[in-house]
Amino acid sequence: MEIVMAIVIGILFMTATYLMLSKSLLRIIVGTGLLSHGAHLLILTMGGLKRGAAPLLGEQGPYTDPLPQALILTAIVISFGVTAFFLVLAYRAYKELGTDNIEKMRGNRGNE
Amino acid sequence: MNNLIILPILIPFVTAAILIFFHKKIRIQRWLSALSSIATIFVALVLVQKVHTDGIQSLNISSWDAPFGITLVSDMLSALLVLTTSVVAFVCLIYSFKSIGAEREKFYYYPVFNFLIVGVNGAFTTGDIFNLFVFFEVMLMSSYVLLVLGGTKIQLRESIKYLLVNVISSALFVITVAYLYSVVGTLNMAHISQRIAEIGQPGILSVIAVLFLIVFGLKGAIFPLYFWMPGSYYAPPAPVLALFGALLTKVGVYSITRTYTLFFYHDQGFTHELLQLLAIVSIIAGVIGAIAYWDMKKIIIYNIIVAVGVILYGVSVMNIDALTGSIFYLIHDMIIKAALFLLVGTIIAITGTSNLKKVSGLIKRYPGLGWTFFISALALAGIPPLSGFIGKLLIVQGGFEGSSYVGAGVVLMSSLLVLFSVMKIFINGFWGVHRAYENEDKAPVKWLLISPVILVILSALYGIGTEAILPYISQAAETLANPSIYIDAVLKE
Repeated sequence: MEIVMAIVIGILFMTATYLMLSKSLLRIIVGTGLLSHGAHLLILTMGGLKRGAAPLLGEQGPYTDPLPQALILTAIVISFGVTAFFLVLAYRAYKELGTDNIEKMRGNRGNE
Repeated sequence: MNNLIILPILIPFVTAAILIFFHKKIRIQRWLSALSSIATIFVALVLVQKVHTDGIQSLNISSWDAPFGITLVSDMLSALLVLTTSVVAFVCLIYSFKSIGAEREKFYYYPVFNFLIVGVNGAFTTGDIFNLFVFFEVMLMSSYVLLVLGGTKIQLRESIKYLLVNVISSALFVITVAYLYSVVGTLNMAHISQRIAEIGQPGILSVIAVLFLIVFGLKGAIFPLYFWMPGSYYAPPAPVLALFGALLTKVGVYSITRTYTLFFYHDQGFTHELLQLLAIVSIIAGVIGAIAYWDMKKIIIYNIIVAVGVILYGVSVMNIDALTGSIFYLIHDMIIKAALFLLVGTIIAITGTSNLKKVSGLIKRYPGLGWTFFISALALAGIPPLSGFIGKLLIVQGGFEGSSYVGAGVVLMSSLLVLFSVMKIFINGFWGVHRAYENEDKAPVKWLLISPVILVILSALYGIGTEAILPYISQAAETLANPSIYIDAVLKE
């Protein structure tokens, strides 16, 4: 099962990298979303995919590891917030700069 | 158990939460922020003294015992950095009063400012690797807002790049923590250190060490990963720039120091050699940038990279002298970089440009500004008795002891070139023919000078009072050199 997950995560990272290398801002944002999805799945996989009872006192062991799930929850909330901010920023930048092409946002004025 | 540790995080946090509700009332915003900032400085002072007398303090949140819950740990390094952060935040805050502009003040400048301090203080204090990630995110989220606040074209453009770089590095951080968790099965930093010592750092952990170096190197701007910094830091106004330059990169540097002294010290032939190489190249790359540019902001920004290199070089040598020197230099650099950025901000407020070729003769009308700049330039380069000297001396001494002559030589040479790069600003900006500038009469120069003068005085005291400060710094270095002190303090309560 871990192997399958590893392949899925690999595909997510691959797609994310491809999207983030494109010029359109929206694709880049979708790419960062996929990247963080991959990272979250990786936490789950790295914690070990085990079957077991809920980690509560009184349940019969063996228990599942609750920690990766807590970590994912935190990481998902954070990446949700950042993605929302990124989208708003992209919209404002598009309105203000008149382009969503990252090539045209270069700011090198050189060394005058 | 000591609840004092959490106060430097809690005070700015509560202030920020309250200030959100009064965002149109600038006067309340200013007063509350200043008061909370002073309170934080006071608490940090008490904390430093407490750690000095009673050793490392730790707090298990919600009373979950050490390896299971989230632990906040304040050793001497953390406490000193929290103190420096609070001081720098305070001076940047009073600088903001007259320079940031009512528009930004009405749009949540002060709440976000406070949230940034929450993130920075939290990152310095936490004893849990995932919690470090969370505080990083608090800090980054606030920095995104501060960077884009005002919404000028250059800010929007640079914010997108800054955001993208940091989203990727955050994802890498999560990935790295996942790998580390799968190998050692714990997140508490003291416990991780213990487990790594038990299994003796096999190859997989060296890989994780390098991943951590990439993650923190991106935030801390070491060589090849500093590419985003000159552009992004160029965009925001002076007090925000000072805050970023003084604090944000230093959080990255602190995290590298922490992980490389607490976790990955078993295979120094590989990990620390790599760190050393990158540190030396960072110094060289930073110096080249600092000399090449004719833009005041850019020159100081490239000097950040030099300082990061110098500090990390000391960490990579890993003997007690070099570590002491690194901590000395880290605190010195936070103070003096903030001073320099605020001074450059004042020059820009007067002249309306950061291009050195369009500025000259400022010393005729602004002697105070000129001499403050001169002293802070000397302090940056490390001229005794100012604060940069002792840190560099100890780092170089440690380098020679660890028979790494090339690195020590580069650190020494870099001082000279750093001095040249800031003197270039002084000579071109302050000497020469006095010109008329359009903003000259509007700029509140007297007020803007208060903050840098406070910082320069602090820097001078820090240099002159080395003898009095040394016991504190040595205590911090001792904990870094001997991880068992940290582990015992956290796990055996």
